[in-house]
Amino acid sequence: MDKESSGKQDTFPSSDIETNRFVAQEIVMPRPRTKWTERCVEVTLVVAASTSIILVGLIFLFLFREAAPFVQHPGLSSLMGDRWIPVSFQKEQFGIYPLVTGSILVTAIATVVAVPFGVIGAVYLSEVARPAETETLKPFIELLAGIPSVVIGFFGLVVLAPFVKAAFGLETGLNAFTGGLLLGLMAIPTIMSVSEDALRSVPASYKQASLALGGNQIQTIWRITVPAALPGIVAAVMLGMGRVIGETMAVMMVTGNAAQTTFKPFESVRTMTATIAAEMGEVPFGSDHYRALFWVGIILLVATFLLNIVAQRVLKRYSVRQ
Amino acid sequence: MVETGERTSDAKIVVEHLDFHYGSVQALFDVSVEMAPRKVTAFIGPSGCGKSTFLRTLNRMNDIIPGTRVQGRVLIDGHDIYSNGTDVVALRRSVGMVFQKSNPFPKSIFENVVYGPRIHGEKNSARLREIAEQSLQRAGLWAEVKDRLDQNALSLSGGQQQRLCIARALAVGPEILLMDEPASALDPRSTARIEDLIGELREDYTIVIVTHNMQQAARVSDFTAFFYEGHLVEFGETQQIFTMPKKKQTEDYITGRFG
Amino acid sequence: MRQRSNGFLAIWAMRIIFYLLVSSVGIIVLDILWKGLPSISLSFLLDSPRRSGAEGGIFPAIVGTVYLVTGAIAAALPLGIASAVYLSEYAKQGLFTRGVRFAIITLAGVPSVVFGLFGLGLFVIFLGFGASVLAGSLTLACMILPTIIVASEEALQAVPRELREASLALGATRWQTIWRSVLPYSVSGIMTGSILGIGRAAGETAPILLTAAAFFLPNLPESPFDQVMALPYHLYILATQHPEAAKVRGMQYGTALVLLVLVLGINMAAILLRGRFRKKYRW
Repeated sequence: MDKESSGKQDTFPSSDIETNRFVAQEIVMPRPRTKWTERCVEVTLVVAASTSIILVGLIFLFLFREAAPFVQHPGLSSLMGDRWIPVSFQKEQFGIYPLVTGSILVTAIATVVAVPFGVIGAVYLSEVARPAETETLKPFIELLAGIPSVVIGFFGLVVLAPFVKAAFGLETGLNAFTGGLLLGLMAIPTIMSVSEDALRSVPASYKQASLALGGNQIQTIWRITVPAALPGIVAAVMLGMGRVIGETMAVMMVTGNAAQTTFKPFESVRTMTATIAAEMGEVPFGSDHYRALFWVGIILLVATFLLNIVAQRVLKRYSVRQ
Repeated sequence: MVETGERTSDAKIVVEHLDFHYGSVQALFDVSVEMAPRKVTAFIGPSGCGKSTFLRTLNRMNDIIPGTRVQGRVLIDGHDIYSNGTDVVALRRSVGMVFQKSNPFPKSIFENVVYGPRIHGEKNSARLREIAEQSLQRAGLWAEVKDRLDQNALSLSGGQQQRLCIARALAVGPEILLMDEPASALDPRSTARIEDLIGELREDYTIVIVTHNMQQAARVSDFTAFFYEGHLVEFGETQQIFTMPKKKQTEDYITGRFG
Repeated sequence: MRQRSNGFLAIWAMRIIFYLLVSSVGIIVLDILWKGLPSISLSFLLDSPRRSGAEGGIFPAIVGTVYLVTGAIAAALPLGIASAVYLSEYAKQGLFTRGVRFAIITLAGVPSVVFGLFGLGLFVIFLGFGASVLAGSLTLACMILPTIIVASEEALQAVPRELREASLALGATRWQTIWRSVLPYSVSGIMTGSILGIGRAAGETAPILLTAAAFFLPNLPESPFDQVMALPYHLYILATQHPEAAKVRGMQYGTALVLLVLVLGINMAAILLRGRFRKKYRW
């Protein structure tokens, strides 16, 4: 009759037991899991979740930690210059303009390449392609997204660059243009998938209204669907650009790595990412060069950070409007 | 204002001036009612009137929804379950719940039934088998599943799944059973079986059932409460509510003028 | 019907553009496959490199990649799953939760080379691990953490709410409910996310460039504090800095092929697994 469990007293009083709740009578419930375990679990999970925040903080912290002494000497103003000659018998120069323009140039070319293919590809997949087509061909795009950047860079180095050189009669195929082509290719999956999502979430009623008014498929797509999905597509492009700016290996292998300030696509350039990756290995620890490279890293981080925030904002506002 | 029927002494559940909010929206207004032990009390009313919400306040299942607020008292065996000292886990052991759409775990039939005892610490496998058999028998399902306890619960029919959920709820040894439209997703034959089951269980458990089916309420319950837009309009013995309702609203609902 | 013919042309234009894209992917993969296959042999896969990589095999690079990836997953998986459980089951609307989500999105957007710098600053220098498997793995772990968290949270959210309710109504605590009625059914989604993370970690060069990788090591690493070879880095050096770069094309292609097959194989495994598990639990 006594079903009172040993130990912990339930604050919930039990009622009369002489009814034949024989099921309950047979069970003598041992001490249930205490509140303490639950508390422990919750604390552990909170700590785990906070590591993300901590990590972001640490990244900023450690980047600045290594870069900071540069502010004293030689001073931040030395970053504002258009000569990046970090190793020199005369005066070392840490002007980052060539690196920044290198990144911008390559990114611009990549965007010009990626946007048409990415957006049109997305439109094709979501509006025109038959399901069988989509199923067979979408894996190719996902494949592209999965290829390591060093492999793509290798392909660019060995196949694409000679091709560009021959096709345009250049001295070398290792330039911003080739880099832009490759990076554009790498950005396409990102742009395509986010754009596709945006296109698919355009309400069917819009399309039906256009078709009912006699518009054909193309008109509907380009006058109605795409404009409706435009914020999402813009966000997709921004995310793609963010990826491109941050790309290192492919760029390092095909852009020629000449740090010059130029906007001519067939010149060899050096991006911020390639600079860090290429020079960090041989730089004396703690030197000005070392710290300058960390500053390049900071600029990169801030640039991609801002791009991502803006893209997320756009995406959020877009989905709210839907 | 609430019209109570006969006030039974030693009421199992006593609700006093219960207000309930989902965030800023109030869903229950000053509900006071008593539910007698080992009787079946039915809540009826049009959809959205708050009867399911009210049911869930009785085992504090609304706690898992963020932003909800409860004012007033809910006394079970004289103890206010919303007071600070209440162990919600123990509360839910004593107040079982069966949901509108049966929700067996994607585990075997046996594992479903003994889930409750296991989490409350029972490890002895002989005991667990005993509990499983008893609970399944109580729920009227034993004969049909005794040879296939290891099969996945999802392979049962809708009616069987619901009886499994009842067995699962019984396995932890509650004193009160809350049933939220337990048969609304079932075919008439399964519904009849569930209703018979309720009649049998009534001998040992206090049952509170929410239903939108008035005939079911009339068949199955001893007491009936009529809810409308978050208010408890009338409460009394089922006989009386259905033959001589005291409020016009009640009468309108029962005769089908709305809802 | 002039409109219709315009529409027709435009659709074909789109089609051509799309197929152009698809074919370029095909070209890349086929090129690597075609030129890399001749280099693949058992000795290529199992031997160590000789003459600074111009001859021999890439076994240490394969091993190194495996070590790095294993370490990365060992660190990122528990942390990632725990974070996802918190976000999915415990988080309340508020500053902290918003901060966590913002941090995850931020981490996902950090360039890989910046992770390399971070790893250098924190693991190699500040914590004194030196260029090592440990530093490389931890850096990679930071990089793949967002992927794992996002995939795991999705998997957890996919478990129907009714199961949690049923469990809670029986008197289970929140953690009991998660452990017994939620986590077991989200394993497939979590695995898919982890495998995709593994694929990424295996293919990345920049993070390990500064924290772990070396080009020519005579022995396999014996402790986590040793440097290690790795496939992506090996390919990079072979292709860009080897004195006989043009001559060792075969080795380069072979390395590229092995890396490609590894990463794509991992991704495909993830997709297959996802499909398999989806059928198992029809809610």
